[in-house]
Amino acid sequence: MFETPMPLWEVFIRNRSGLPHRHCGSVHATDEVMALQAARDVYTRRGESVSIWVVPSTAIVASDPSDKDAMFEPTASKIYRHPTFYEIPEDVGHM
Amino acid sequence: MTDKSALFDFVVALADDALVLGHRLSEWSGHAPTLEQDIALSNLGLDLIGQARLFYTYAGEIEGAGRNEDDLAYFRDQGQYRNLLLLELPIGDFAQTMARQFLYSAFLEPYFAAMMRSTDVRLAEIASKAVKEMTYHVRHTAEWVIRLGDGTEESQKRLVSALDDLWCYTGEMFVETASERLLVTMGIAPDKAEIKSQWLTRVGRVLTEATVETPRDGRMQSGGRSGRHTEHLGHLLGEMQVLARSHPGAVW
Repeated sequence: MFETPMPLWEVFIRNRSGLPHRHCGSVHATDEVMALQAARDVYTRRGESVSIWVVPSTAIVASDPSDKDAMFEPTASKIYRHPTFYEIPEDVGHM
Repeated sequence: MTDKSALFDFVVALADDALVLGHRLSEWSGHAPTLEQDIALSNLGLDLIGQARLFYTYAGEIEGAGRNEDDLAYFRDQGQYRNLLLLELPIGDFAQTMARQFLYSAFLEPYFAAMMRSTDVRLAEIASKAVKEMTYHVRHTAEWVIRLGDGTEESQKRLVSALDDLWCYTGEMFVETASERLLVTMGIAPDKAEIKSQWLTRVGRVLTEATVETPRDGRMQSGGRSGRHTEHLGHLLGEMQVLARSHPGAVW
C-alpha cells in the first residue's frame, strides 16, 4: 500500500510568560491540529511550557551552509559591536 | 449496606476502571505507529494510573483496615475487581484502542465535571484534577476518531468494526449499582442519567464528523461492577500483579 510520509513540523515552546518561544525540536503529524497535540505530548511532559507554536518545516527558509563565509565571516572583525566596552550598573541586572 | 461500604465500593470501582484502562494503554509503549503517538498513548495511560492511585489511596482510608494503594491494586483477584468490561478488552488494533478511549473519555469527562460538585470533598478534589486530564483525552481521541473515519477506506473499515465490537459494552457505563444509587441520593456520586444525554450528543457529533454511523443500541453486556468479567481480565491481572506478588514489598 502506498503511503505518503507524514509532514514534519517544527516545535517552539515558551517556558514562562515574558520569554520568547524557543525552538525545541520537531514532530511528524498529518495536520496542524495533530501537530499541536503531538508537540504537547512529546515536548511538554515535565511542565515546561505555557505556550506552543508549531510551524510546517517547509515554511522555514534557511541559509545555505556554503554561504557562511559571505554571510557571517564579515562580522568577525567588528568586535566593537559587542557590548563589552561598557560597565553595566548592578541595578540593571541581567541583560 | 452502610454508607461507608457503599462509598468504598464506589471509589474502588473508579480506581479499578482507571488502573485497568491505564494498563491497557501501557501495552502500546514501544509499539505505537509513530514515536509521537507512542508517547501520546503513554501519557494518557499515566494520567489514568495517576487517577487510580488517588482513588485507591482514598478507598484504603475509607476502609480503615490498613490497605494501601498497592494492596488494593496488586492483591485482589479478578472476582474482586469492579471495572467496566469495556476497559478490560484487549487493545486490538489502533482503531479499537482509539474508539474505546474516545467512547470512555467522552463519558468520564462530564462525569468528573459533575463529581466536582460532590458533597464528598475528597472526591470533588480528585475530580477537579482529573477532569482537566479527561478534557485532553476526549480532544485527542476525538481527533483520531474523525481522521480514522474520514480517512482511507481501510481506516474507516477498522473504525466501523471497532465501534460495532465495542458498542455493546457502552451500556454498562450508565448502569447504576445499588451503592451508587445510595450515594447519588446523598449528593456524593453524580447522576448518570444526566451524563448519558451529554455523552450521546458528543459521540454522535464526533461520529458524524467522522462520516460513520452511530451504532444502534442492542443487547448490552454488563457484569464488571459485580466482579463477573470476561476472560481477558485474568490475563491482564496476571501480568500486572506478578511482580508485586512474587516480591511482596519490593521497591526500586
